[in-house]
Amino acid sequence: MTVSALIIDITLWGSVAILGFMAWQRGRVVLVSSVREGSMDFINIVPRIALGVIGSGYIAAVIPPEVITGWLGPDSGWFGVLTAVIAGAATPGGPVVGFSIGAVALKVGGGSPQVIAYVVAWALFAFQRMILWEIPFMPARFVWFRAAVSVPFPFLAAAIAMVIGKP
Amino acid sequence: MIFIGALVAVSATLVWRRDGIDGVLKILTHDLWLFAEIMPRVLAGCLLGGFIAEILPHEKVSRSLGPSSGLKGLLIGTAFGAILPGGPFTAYPVAAALLTVGADFGATIAMVVSWTLIGYGRAVAWELPILGTDFTLWRIVISLPIPVLAGWLGRFIFVRMYPKGEPS
Repeated sequence: MTVSALIIDITLWGSVAILGFMAWQRGRVVLVSSVREGSMDFINIVPRIALGVIGSGYIAAVIPPEVITGWLGPDSGWFGVLTAVIAGAATPGGPVVGFSIGAVALKVGGGSPQVIAYVVAWALFAFQRMILWEIPFMPARFVWFRAAVSVPFPFLAAAIAMVIGKP
Repeated sequence: MIFIGALVAVSATLVWRRDGIDGVLKILTHDLWLFAEIMPRVLAGCLLGGFIAEILPHEKVSRSLGPSSGLKGLLIGTAFGAILPGGPFTAYPVAAALLTVGADFGATIAMVVSWTLIGYGRAVAWELPILGTDFTLWRIVISLPIPVLAGWLGRFIFVRMYPKGEPS
């Protein structure tokens, strides 16, 4: 955890430094105005992130992971895929939670297409990530549009998984 | 944001009824800590977005990622999302910056969806160790076409919803 966090921070601030250098090469004015713009965004976003981070902890506490695993159950077919998609969207918590639930579902006999649908739906619509990150940063209209357009794809992924079979 | 605030209030009340004030405070301290931890990264993401908005030439972005960029624009968006370093604190500010410098909804959708589905960051750090190599690779191969298809669908619907361009 600490090593990967360190790598993330190094690549992140490294990219900031490289792009900042590029901006500086275009002239001081470009550097100053982009730093000002970035800082203004930051100041605007902090309260929303605060609500998201602090609030989503409570939302997650109300939805225990066992409930989600129950929904994923071993029943297969398209109904299973539909439940998996809803479960994916409702899964709280970070990447560990989503992938672990997928792993548990595979172990207790969940079908691979259903687990694929779950992981893909979770990647696309996990409500906590949308609340915490996507809505504060992006125009709200874009977020809803993006989510609506993404609805068919967990089902498509499950269909492809059914056709090409297990690894 | 009001909706989210209400949701948070209801959830916090449920936690309070179930676990008492200790439960509420435990989650609060944990989340405050998390908040302090990600703040610097959020700042870095915002700065990245600011630099990208200033450095990238607008005409070039709207030519290669704009509404008439075709399949190529969707592929560029997908590739960009797949190689973008960092977590949500970089992906979303950068995506927002692309929108302001002339990328259309389609290419930006391709980028965001590609970042969540085929971005190597999450796959390597979390999915491989938890779900195993076979499943992860299989899942990624199946997901490969999705960003382009989602971007294409977004573009297709967008021009029908807003035939005269995006309302402001």
